[in-house]
Amino acid sequence: MSFSVTEPSNRTKWFAGTAVVLYAIITLLPLMWIIATGFKSPADSISYPPKVVFEPTLEGYVNLFTQRTRMSEDDLAALPPAQTWYEEMVREQGQVISGPSRYGERFLNSVIIGFGSTILCMVLGTAAAYAFSRFRVPLKDDLLFFILSTRMMPPIAVAIPIFLMFRQLGLNDTHLGMILLYTAVNLSLSVWLLKGFIDEIPIEYEEAALIDGYTRFQAFYKVVLPQAATGIASTAIFCLIFAWNEYAFAVLLTSGTAQTAPPFIPTIIGVGGKDWPAVAAGATIFLVPVMVFTILLRKHLLRGITFGAVRK
Amino acid sequence: MAEVELRNVTKRYGDTVALDNVSMTVPDGAFVVLLGPTGAGKTTTLRMVSGLDQPDDGEVLMNGQLLNGLTPAQRNVTMVFQQYSLYPHLTVYENLAFPLRSPLLKTHEDQIKQTVHRVAETLQISHKLENKATALSGGEMQRVSIGRALVRNPEVYLMDEPLSSLDAKLRADLRVELKSIQADSGATLLYVTHDQIEAMTMATHVGVLDQGKLVQFGAPREIYEDPVSIYAASRLGQPRINILPADLFGHAPSGAKSIGLRPEQIGQGDGQDSLVTRVEHLGDQTRLHLSFRDHDLITVTDAHTPLKSGDIVKIAPNNPFFFDAAGARIQ
Repeated sequence: MSFSVTEPSNRTKWFAGTAVVLYAIITLLPLMWIIATGFKSPADSISYPPKVVFEPTLEGYVNLFTQRTRMSEDDLAALPPAQTWYEEMVREQGQVISGPSRYGERFLNSVIIGFGSTILCMVLGTAAAYAFSRFRVPLKDDLLFFILSTRMMPPIAVAIPIFLMFRQLGLNDTHLGMILLYTAVNLSLSVWLLKGFIDEIPIEYEEAALIDGYTRFQAFYKVVLPQAATGIASTAIFCLIFAWNEYAFAVLLTSGTAQTAPPFIPTIIGVGGKDWPAVAAGATIFLVPVMVFTILLRKHLLRGITFGAVRK
Repeated sequence: MAEVELRNVTKRYGDTVALDNVSMTVPDGAFVVLLGPTGAGKTTTLRMVSGLDQPDDGEVLMNGQLLNGLTPAQRNVTMVFQQYSLYPHLTVYENLAFPLRSPLLKTHEDQIKQTVHRVAETLQISHKLENKATALSGGEMQRVSIGRALVRNPEVYLMDEPLSSLDAKLRADLRVELKSIQADSGATLLYVTHDQIEAMTMATHVGVLDQGKLVQFGAPREIYEDPVSIYAASRLGQPRINILPADLFGHAPSGAKSIGLRPEQIGQGDGQDSLVTRVEHLGDQTRLHLSFRDHDLITVTDAHTPLKSGDIVKIAPNNPFFFDAAGARIQ
């Protein structure tokens, strides 16, 4: 049997593997719970002890996307037969579909505001980080500290001033207002993270590009950006996750046109307060975009920092 | 093809004076080698000409035209960096094509392909063209880095120790290759090196820099045979010039503090006894380490010398250099 200094022993690997699996189970449990609840009937969802095995139903999803009105049995019986499977499902609950719910709109708002603020944040953040990294900015350290200091209090502490400001500017309940707000909150983090990544890229590449006949901006675009891709991707994920999940500002500043999904989802529970499956279905669908985005950018996250062809 | 002129150029980085009032005229088509230890200002000189840095004082001119304030792209120069600086996200081919695709040149893709393959051939890296720039050995990276300069046809080539990490054979090949490329194209070339064989064989002019000052500028033979100071004399010559007290061999001119003896300035067979302490057979020559009145000196002798350690050799200075207390040459 041979030993290696760099290869961990089987025992170590076994311990590490067990720890990872245990941790994964613990963190995934709430997630599995939400996903499962989305497929339960309302009765199953609140039964005690909780049901692990249950008969799956799409009722939650149907309720999530529809608005319904209650009808008496006689009236229901008088209706023409249901056209679709989901209409059938709703009628079994003694209701009829009166229209689509607002979940779709709210979800779309989340997409527009979440991705919009992330893109804006990346554009501004990369430009600022590049400038801080490469140029002689007067009072650089003070400015960087100032930028960071905007993160030192919980954003909600300035909720009232922002609310008043938004009212004055007519930004209340607008997409633009929310995009600007989330960008402002995220910008400090992205400038700092991105500056770190850009600092890692040796300046010699840009100098080589300048000599090769490119302008400063072209050098930035053709040489710095591709190498900063990893950093930009991971920073974008952080920004998106914040903007996507933000609840407090969304409750305060949006009510209709620009309302995002987080403040909307709790309202699905309905008057009786028992439609947990619809809430769970809303939460499940809400999880998907961030997961897809993260998985798409995973390659960049894992690749880490490129080892450049610069001799040190 | 261009004449490059530096007029009273001074450059400071913080408190460090990298170049101190340097004036130098590089004639059109010259191959200028800059010599000096680390920190002497060699790389800074290249950066002044390239436009990567601007002088704090003084002027940089090309063909009589003032370059101050122009960007590197506007100067049409090319530079081989000491740190290679290959674009890590591109392949070798793309690295070599990069300058040709610049807005400055906007070369047709067919032309690019032809040029890249020709240069790759010259530098013996054709088989690596599809590799990522990061997947190369140090020597290969350095060749790609040279290639990125050779694909263009600039006014001036600037090279910062381009052959430093190549093996001996490749270095000898490329020395000849670079020299002939320069001779064929008639381009002006500024070249930084520590290797004095490169300096002696390739240069038409040598500039000796000392702490940001240009101490001597001239043909390599001139620097070798007529150095202005101990410092300049020590830059060229292998083994290095022996610096000894001026009166060690007897009479010295007034004001002389040291005597400088290159191996060929030490006559063997006549004169005073010295002890052989060590014999190094290098093949084409043999180095003798001598002890003379408690001073060590190194000289060269016949490759097939029968001398061995412990023998006595008579030596005498032959047309030596004398230097004053400040290290300046006394004529």
